[in-house]
Amino acid sequence: MYCQNCQKKEATIHLTEITDGLRTETHLCEHCAQEEGIAVKSQLSINELLSSLLASQPSDDETFGDTKQSISCPHCGSTLEQFTKDAVLGCPYDYEAFQKSLAPLIRKAHNGKESHCGKVPSKTSEGTKKQMELMKLRRKLETAVQNEDYELAAELRDKINQQEK
Amino acid sequence: MKLTDISANINEWFDGSGPLADIVISSRIRLARNIAGHKFLSRCSVAEKSEILNKLKDTLMSLELGDKVFYLSVDKTSLLGRHFLVERHLISRHHAFGKGPRGAVIAQREFFTAMINEEDHLRIQVLKGGCQLSQCYEQINRIDDMIEQKVDYAFSPRYGYLTACPTNLGTGIRVSVMLHLPALKMTGQIDKFLNATRDMGLAVRGLFGEGSEAAGDFYQISNQVTLGVSESDIISLFENAIIPEIVEYENAARNRLLSKEPEVLDDKISRAMALLRNAHLISSQEALFLLSHLRMGINMRERMGASTPAIEKLSGLSDAGRGTDKPETLSITTINRLFMLTQPAHLQLNYGKQLGPERRDALRAEIIRSALHG
Repeated sequence: MYCQNCQKKEATIHLTEITDGLRTETHLCEHCAQEEGIAVKSQLSINELLSSLLASQPSDDETFGDTKQSISCPHCGSTLEQFTKDAVLGCPYDYEAFQKSLAPLIRKAHNGKESHCGKVPSKTSEGTKKQMELMKLRRKLETAVQNEDYELAAELRDKINQQEK
Repeated sequence: MKLTDISANINEWFDGSGPLADIVISSRIRLARNIAGHKFLSRCSVAEKSEILNKLKDTLMSLELGDKVFYLSVDKTSLLGRHFLVERHLISRHHAFGKGPRGAVIAQREFFTAMINEEDHLRIQVLKGGCQLSQCYEQINRIDDMIEQKVDYAFSPRYGYLTACPTNLGTGIRVSVMLHLPALKMTGQIDKFLNATRDMGLAVRGLFGEGSEAAGDFYQISNQVTLGVSESDIISLFENAIIPEIVEYENAARNRLLSKEPEVLDDKISRAMALLRNAHLISSQEALFLLSHLRMGINMRERMGASTPAIEKLSGLSDAGRGTDKPETLSITTINRLFMLTQPAHLQLNYGKQLGPERRDALRAEIIRSALHG
């Protein structure tokens, strides 16, 4: 499809506007879209992101034991409802208290990731460090299997077995 | 230390030095941390906030940072002073205009700031000129280790460093580079670049001014994902993929302007020069917009050996305010100084009193006129 403005270049920006029930479509090339001042905006603010994510979750009590109304954090008294309003949690224990509701949100905010990978405070106990190292190795193993890199996978499997002894 | 001790000069990270500094103005790394055993700030009483503030202030002031540090009680700093700290990129807008007991520990050379009781109990940042992310991380990691010897951070094996907002969870790291991209803007490619950056999951904001409007063609790019990726992976993505690509595109756009449209380039530079050297009232937005073209002209001469009639005329201007040891050609430092020192709070702090918008516009125009003498 050609740009309806210049009729020369390929239309790559497709804009659908609905005003008073009337639907209009505009197809423009990048250059004309810019001239018309149509910029593609894809960024949401953190608050918008959080509230849209929480709002899109099913509030079925059976799926989520910790619905917005019923659960509050035993340590700080925060509720999920408060979190949707403020976009900040009440205390570190909220991550446990609201885990079921927060987990999908955390996954979406972090591009599908759900566990830490990176710096660990040096004071962390040896047991915890070992557990984290194992988690990291298992993640690497999964990626290696996905990439069909079986040599690396075997190596990682050996390391995991060794650590678990 | 008083704010006026630093307000008359430019920050070290903005003096034009550092790798790729013509395009990558500065590199910044920030870490978000909270102290174990305390609630996050939104649920803290004033007394608990004060307790956290005192504990962290004492810890930070006792560190060996290789520079003099000073402490500022942000809630007791004047409104003008807080605006100044934001313009200077020493504290965030959120910290400057927030609520409750809060403070900042600042290294005199401005490469390091700790914000206490911002959104998290502690946010530390290291800033350096040019493309120096690895160096920033090395330094901030060392400082973080030192702090961690004295306080216990809230940390979970699953989620890493626990932060008030789940979007900072994990490493708590925010890696940012500030970029000057006038040629991409001039050649109409900036939106394409911005969209590609956003598609990669990065945040783009303006560097100066309020909101997200990128005044003066300055953009700040930062990571958004902080969980499930290590600090070194994020930094290497910036250093090995994102930054080289952007620098290549901006340089290509500059080369294209020079070879294909020299009259467009010269027109922009000459008009900017004419306005800046003759205006008697100039808003900060207009100044940023015009200075951006001068900055590009000087950099193209210094880094690419570009020589056009407008660029030659531009480099012949000299900084009259420098007195006897004035440089022979207009330096990038002079232009960078003008960007920073003509910001509203800088103007007023250096003038010694509050000024209305019109008086500021007049003073700004005067400073610029005298700097671009020749």
